[in-house]
Amino acid sequence: MLTLTNISYKVGNKTLLDNISVVFAPGKLNLIIGPNGAGKSTLVKVMSKQLPPWSGHVQLDDRGISDYSLPELARIRAVLSQHTDIAFPLNVQQVVMMGRYPHFTGRPSQKDKTACREAMRFFDVEGMAGRTYQTLSGGEKQRVQFARVLSQIWYPPDEGHRYLILDEPLAFLDVHYQFDFMQKLLELLRQQDMVIAGVVHDLNLAAKFGHHIVLLNQGKLLASGSREEVLTARNIETAYQVVPEIHRQNGGMHILF
Amino acid sequence: MSDTKRANAVRVILLLILAATALLSMRYGAINISPEDIFSSFKGYAAGSKNIGLNQRIFMDIRLPRVILCILTGASLAVGGSLLQALFRNPIVEPGLIGTSSGAAFGAALYFVLGATFKIEAGEWTLPVAACGGAMLSSSLVFLLARSGRTGKSSVVTLLLTGIAINALFMSGVGFLSYIARDPQARSVTFWGLGTLSGANWHSVIILGITALVCITLSLRLANALNTLALGEEEAQYLGVNIRKLKFQVLILNIVLVAVSTAFTGVISFVGLIAPHFARIMLGSDNRTLLPDSALLGAIMLSIADLTARMLLRPAELPIGIVTAIVGVPVFIILLRGKNYFF
Repeated sequence: MLTLTNISYKVGNKTLLDNISVVFAPGKLNLIIGPNGAGKSTLVKVMSKQLPPWSGHVQLDDRGISDYSLPELARIRAVLSQHTDIAFPLNVQQVVMMGRYPHFTGRPSQKDKTACREAMRFFDVEGMAGRTYQTLSGGEKQRVQFARVLSQIWYPPDEGHRYLILDEPLAFLDVHYQFDFMQKLLELLRQQDMVIAGVVHDLNLAAKFGHHIVLLNQGKLLASGSREEVLTARNIETAYQVVPEIHRQNGGMHILF
Repeated sequence: MSDTKRANAVRVILLLILAATALLSMRYGAINISPEDIFSSFKGYAAGSKNIGLNQRIFMDIRLPRVILCILTGASLAVGGSLLQALFRNPIVEPGLIGTSSGAAFGAALYFVLGATFKIEAGEWTLPVAACGGAMLSSSLVFLLARSGRTGKSSVVTLLLTGIAINALFMSGVGFLSYIARDPQARSVTFWGLGTLSGANWHSVIILGITALVCITLSLRLANALNTLALGEEEAQYLGVNIRKLKFQVLILNIVLVAVSTAFTGVISFVGLIAPHFARIMLGSDNRTLLPDSALLGAIMLSIADLTARMLLRPAELPIGIVTAIVGVPVFIILLRGKNYFF
């Protein structure tokens, strides 16, 4: 359980996050949406200890995030960003193994190697283990990063939850990959201790896959709940300043502009 | 697996090349020393014999320490370069970039010029200490000035640009000192600024040997953290790396490695840039292997350069920095123009 309580964040006299409280529960796909500049990325940074909140606090289960050291946090929480460049030519295997670094010093154990292999299999990048990261396509690169991040939290911790935080990881990907990743996230959620919270840009993607949707606007929490509660014409118009057409069919929901 | 095997085969070949170069360096120079003399001088010194011939003396007191110092210097500069490249996420960075070598040159120039004028002489340690002091001063200046006043963090670009400015400042200091210096001192400043291994002795070998061993061992412990840095600072932090601490450790290790070796040999450019680069191409960029691989390549390259510097104008010798620059500049430009690398 990832709990944010009264989170505010300011830069100078500009308020980027304004008193946000939200709970991300395990077993649900928690998706954060909002227009550009709504504070989505800032929220992700605050909940992954990249930025200290100006006020309020973040808790993983019962423990405040500030009580965790960076290495401690890295063993139970992984973060995937929009896109990751790698400065030097490394092969896929080496990149995925970085996910295990928080778990060993010196040489990887058999357990670490297994985690890497399984995570690579899960994201279908096993076959490219020996290829240089820089030679991969955008979609392949992101799958490798997914595998790295998943290998980081491959095994359940002794107690408490594992956390997977996503900062618009699908922004540069084709529909095919987007759907594929979302399906994989749903598959991961079958593991009882997995908490997943992520930013997505595409409202229809959120409508199709999100169990719990959080809509941010101008640093404030505009709505939070099921897609029926959050993705209303009114909320969307308030946030995006465009009047949407919302179609429902076969239990699905489609938003047109 | 076959990749690892291939890499290990390459490492064995490199070690053999290093051994061969070292043997050639012992054998040839201003005076050629025959294998029999080399052999008998080892035997003579081991037996503590008093009657040791001139060739044997030259070998034991001059040639051998020089060959070892050269290997240690090459390794230190190359590891310093690898460390900085990982820190700056950029394969065309060299250890002098954060002001270390120009500071050392300034310290040495101060010693040559003012030391002679004011008769400051504290034995053979004065020059290395002065150079080290200068290196510490310039590098800490770069490090402190590059810290943003607002956040207390230093961005990589600011660090690079501050390094350029401080380098220019200290080099003009060196220029000023050689301008006001009298002839022999000015010559020392110039010669030292171009790098030379001719001052090698057992003291410098021991000091640099200890520093290199300690610093390279400590850098190996940072290898995993340095790897994560290739993903970017944020990602590295998500993997549990304390970036501020890592930056500090890397800068300190680099300053010590470069300052101590520069203190004994003068400014030797481009080895710290090119050795890690070839190590990457031949053996991969994983810092766990890159750091030792660069050390090996740095040692080989500087040994070859030193042999060349001694052989070209025999019995006189060329400053080694000139040799490394003549080879290094074109390679650097080719790398810079290549499409594989980016700022």
